[in-house]
Amino acid sequence: MFPRVEGTILDIRGLAKTYKGGTTALAGVDLQIRKGEIFALLGPNGAGKTTLIGAVCGLLRPSGGTIEAFGLDARRHWREVRRRIGLVPQELSFDMFARVDHSVAYSRGMFGCAPDPARIEQVLRSLSLWDKRKAKIRELSGGMKRRVMIAKALSHDPDLLFLDEPTAGVDVELRRDMWRQIDALREAGTTIILTTHYIEEAQAMADRVGVINKGQLLLVDEKAAIMAQLGRTEARIALTPPLPGVPAALAGYPVTLENGGRTLFYRGGDGTGAGKREVAELVKALVGQGIGFEGIETRESSLEDIFVDLVENRVGAPA
Amino acid sequence: MNARGALAIFTNELLRFFRTAFGSILSPVLTTALYFIVFGAAIGGRIQEIDGVSYGAFIVPGLLMLTLLSESTSNASFGIYMPRFTGAIYELLSAPVGVAETLIGFVGAAAAKSLIIAAIILLTALLFVDYTIAHPLLAVGYIVLVAAAFSLFGFILGVWADGFEKLQIVPMLILTPLTFLGGTFYSIQMLAEPWRTVAQFNPIFYLINGLRWTFTGRADVPIGVAFGMTLGLIVLCVGVIALIFRTGWRLRD
Repeated sequence: MFPRVEGTILDIRGLAKTYKGGTTALAGVDLQIRKGEIFALLGPNGAGKTTLIGAVCGLLRPSGGTIEAFGLDARRHWREVRRRIGLVPQELSFDMFARVDHSVAYSRGMFGCAPDPARIEQVLRSLSLWDKRKAKIRELSGGMKRRVMIAKALSHDPDLLFLDEPTAGVDVELRRDMWRQIDALREAGTTIILTTHYIEEAQAMADRVGVINKGQLLLVDEKAAIMAQLGRTEARIALTPPLPGVPAALAGYPVTLENGGRTLFYRGGDGTGAGKREVAELVKALVGQGIGFEGIETRESSLEDIFVDLVENRVGAPA
Repeated sequence: MNARGALAIFTNELLRFFRTAFGSILSPVLTTALYFIVFGAAIGGRIQEIDGVSYGAFIVPGLLMLTLLSESTSNASFGIYMPRFTGAIYELLSAPVGVAETLIGFVGAAAAKSLIIAAIILLTALLFVDYTIAHPLLAVGYIVLVAAAFSLFGFILGVWADGFEKLQIVPMLILTPLTFLGGTFYSIQMLAEPWRTVAQFNPIFYLINGLRWTFTGRADVPIGVAFGMTLGLIVLCVGVIALIFRTGWRLRD
């Protein structure tokens, strides 16, 4: 179990959910979210991301574990807790025939807030929806509809905002626009938990990242720490002529031969630049051994590579 | 209690109603007006009085009850079923609203819509039938109770239904036939045995006669029985809805 950390806004312990059919969506998840951070929850389809969000937001009943938000037990103080949480679900779900401004004002009222046309205007303007305020939701484009979902979730000024795949199905321009909006929310002090399939999104925005698969958190850490711990440098050196085997002088390096001995593949380092230095030493060793080569390609592993490794191979530190 | 939340749901439901006012109001009013024209004005004049009441005036409470039951049930069931169908129920489930706010919002709005339609129908009936209301305050109170009871029932139906077909089954195949057979167009005294006894097993028969008593001062059953049955239905439905919220049946996985 984690000790409680100062500044924790959400404290999940041993959260479990088994559906009626017997499917276990969450198998004892422990997770602490810090006030003011953007936390990205990554995982393949069916990993338990949406179930985790649903359990915190009250959409489903956990089979076990506890959820504490803002220092309050979410089950006992559900009204106080829910009043301070906003949710943007994955699916576009609303009354398509309602007007944009009515729909957003409805959400605000449902969360117990007094009518505030000025605040509604502010939210709509921030999401570039003000000009569409009198339009019926069904008349909007897909991207606009997703913005309405966000406007509804922001209408009651939540302290903790869940974004379940906020940029799914939107074009690149709108996605970057949403990133800016999410960043603005962080600046305003809102804590954000987002799930995403776009690892690039997590890499660009998140302070911390959690990887979940089959209902279990495989890893939770600072993005930079994950990159440092699990990041790798890869280099491919085109050899001339091909080698029959790795020379003894290179045995100390993490290298293999590929492509019929025509490519020397290096994979090592730790994501802090150590790999690049080692590649430089490797090149010197090649020169020293008189081994000819005609090109070098290097790349640093991305968060996506780490994510794939974690999910497919379950390597890395436990959560 | 989140009063603003309840008001938001109530207002939103009424907005939805007025958005579709043409179909929501015109359709039931037109249908009932046709009954008044055919049975009240055209045929009613050739039928003898029942218990000293003209036939046209006799059928007003029954037709009003028919509209109240079907509108209250369908308004409430549709009101809660649509967010379930579209997925917008997530907002209700994640908001700080409980059973009280949900009932005030959804059931209150459904009942309010039915009462608006009932008032229009009563006014429309004046165009075709000459009727008076013997106990206006009791009539209003009873109509409100029936609207509330069947809106609660409709809410349960809307939670139970997993398709539009199920949403229609109960009003079309149960409520409407029972209302027709419950004495909308005739007095139970006009039936021969065993049908007179069989009719008394129809709960709608008591509701229609309760309303008829408030209109004409005469009915086949005591008014207390009708009030008691309506209140009993309200208590039963509130209990079922409280259980639904406690267990999350059909709402929360």
